Amino acid sequence: MPEAIPAVRFAGVRRHFGEVRAIDELSFEVADGEFFSLLGPSGSGKTTCLRLIAGFEQPDAGAIEIHGINVAGVPPYERDVNTVFQDYALFPHMNVGQNVEYGLMIRKVPAAERHRRAEEMLDLVKLTGLRERKPAQLSGGQRQRVALARALINRPRVLLLDEPLGALDLKLREQMQVELKALQRQVGITFIYVTHDQGEALSMSDRLAVFNLGRIEQIDTPTALYEHPASAFVAGFVGVSNVCEGALAQRLAGAPASFAIRPEKIRIAREEVSAAQGCDSAIGKVESVVYLGAATRYLVALDGGGSLAVLYQNADDRDTGLAAGTRVRLSWLPRHRQPLSGQRA
Amino acid sequence: MSSAAQGALGALPAPGPLQRLSNALYLHPRLLLLLLLTPPLLWLGVIYLGSLFSLLLQSFFYIDEFSGVVVREFSLATYHQLFTLANFDIILRTSAMAAVVSVAAAALAFPLAYYMVRYASTRMKALLYLGVMLPLWSSYLVRVYSWKLILAKEGILTWLAEQLHLTWLLDAVLALPVIGGPSLSTSDIGTFLVFLYVWLPFMILPVVAALERVPRSLIEASADLGAHPGETFRKVIWPLALPGVVAGSIFTFSLTLGDYIIPGIVGSSHPVIGQAVYAHQGTAGNVPLAAALTIVPIAIMAVYLSVAKRLGAFDAL
Repeated sequence: MPEAIPAVRFAGVRRHFGEVRAIDELSFEVADGEFFSLLGPSGSGKTTCLRLIAGFEQPDAGAIEIHGINVAGVPPYERDVNTVFQDYALFPHMNVGQNVEYGLMIRKVPAAERHRRAEEMLDLVKLTGLRERKPAQLSGGQRQRVALARALINRPRVLLLDEPLGALDLKLREQMQVELKALQRQVGITFIYVTHDQGEALSMSDRLAVFNLGRIEQIDTPTALYEHPASAFVAGFVGVSNVCEGALAQRLAGAPASFAIRPEKIRIAREEVSAAQGCDSAIGKVESVVYLGAATRYLVALDGGGSLAVLYQNADDRDTGLAAGTRVRLSWLPRHRQPLSGQRA
Repeated sequence: MSSAAQGALGALPAPGPLQRLSNALYLHPRLLLLLLLTPPLLWLGVIYLGSLFSLLLQSFFYIDEFSGVVVREFSLATYHQLFTLANFDIILRTSAMAAVVSVAAAALAFPLAYYMVRYASTRMKALLYLGVMLPLWSSYLVRVYSWKLILAKEGILTWLAEQLHLTWLLDAVLALPVIGGPSLSTSDIGTFLVFLYVWLPFMILPVVAALERVPRSLIEASADLGAHPGETFRKVIWPLALPGVVAGSIFTFSLTLGDYIIPGIVGSSHPVIGQAVYAHQGTAGNVPLAAALTIVPIAIMAVYLSVAKRLGAFDAL
């Protein structure tokens, strides 16, 4: 069997804006049908990466292939990809139906088929009956769905999404995350999803690439990325982590090699309670207590320097007396230490 | 203990009169609105609309042919006069001039405005704004007389045509019927050029404002959905810029319709509406006809705007 052609392939792609290295020697592949996220802080190059695939930018060096075809010099209107823009970019002078049909109208699809497919698309994104509305008369969530329908109606082979949920409130965002993922499975199109929200990326993606300063720090599945971050940057950006380096690492683990440990993997108890068999432990004093609803976050200053954040589920058996100033013992299983390479950002 | 500290600790300090006034205005927003709107409403309502109304009223009076005295009775006789051959010719030629000036101004303004919005750096844009506005800082009369020198028979343009061996072209243009004439400065072509120059800023500025409100992402979205640049222009950029073009053309059109100085300095002997109004209300003392002629541009603008609205020029607003 021949090796499957990736939906998108970057080979040594570079894009600089003057002195700013938006993207530097980037190489990666996105498999066909994959939900692939580009995660990173703002200015890390993820949006530039998306714009290179869409064709709004041209690389300074390297090659980009879409389904095996080198797209150097191919303008956006000749690429088989569509984009859902961060600001939705709906045409304000057209109603919802005209917006959704735009791509088909450009391709000279007959009006009857256009209407039928637009109707289907609006059903798919749950906007049935809103085709006469103008974008200005829609809520943020509805506009987002129109933008999605307008892109999907063209049946692109790759759909690019540039922080499409960024402008929505939390409840709606969580709902849309579930819907987007379901939609992607339903239509079977490759989704390339740009976000700076690690929770979003973890919950939706098959794989994700963590961007930092125009380079990819790590590409992996959400579980692997969370459980085995390759660098201090990834550990800190994907989820919250205690990064222990140098002397602190030496004291806690017996070796100076840097490691990270997730706050929820650390158990917290009063100093006099001894740690379970086989656990590493450290003694310290509670510095602050933040009640988060489902869990409580403690910041513990360790004896001998350094501090660790601890996340403790608010279950029934929780010790509620651990106020600031309490002497506590922290313990964790050695296997939860995640060894790190690379520099801390 | 200082009095200020006492005030901060105990009751609020007693407000001064200014403070009391701003408190009252803050607590009664309608009062503030009334104060804000009274001056412009007085100006617009009484002085502006009032004079317009009296103008309208005047146009329904008529002049007694023998005595030359204005008869203050309702009559449509003056409006009938508008359709005499001489007057109708004036209206038609002035309207045609205004229309041509507007179209040419839009054609010249659009590329410049597009460049200013999409491509120019902040510095370049500031320079261009300055360049567009600069002519408005000098006297209108000075600029029009300079154009007379440029367009005159012995002027710069004739000289330039000679140097380029294009005198035949200039002569051919001047030989055109109706719009031609003995020289550029005494032909309708000359009037057109000066109008175009003088009103161009009034077209550029609204078009820039309209294009500013077309985000780059809309143009990218159109390309992303398969539209070639030409299609993007026709389907996205132009419809969204149209309100600006219409706003600009309202300026260029109505300013051209109303002007009487430029055609008096540069142009043919055929009068335009403005000159006719000037002549009728002044030396001829026929105020009713002058008033009726003034109603013409107002009526034309009303028709123009309703057509523009029907064509969807304001849908994107």
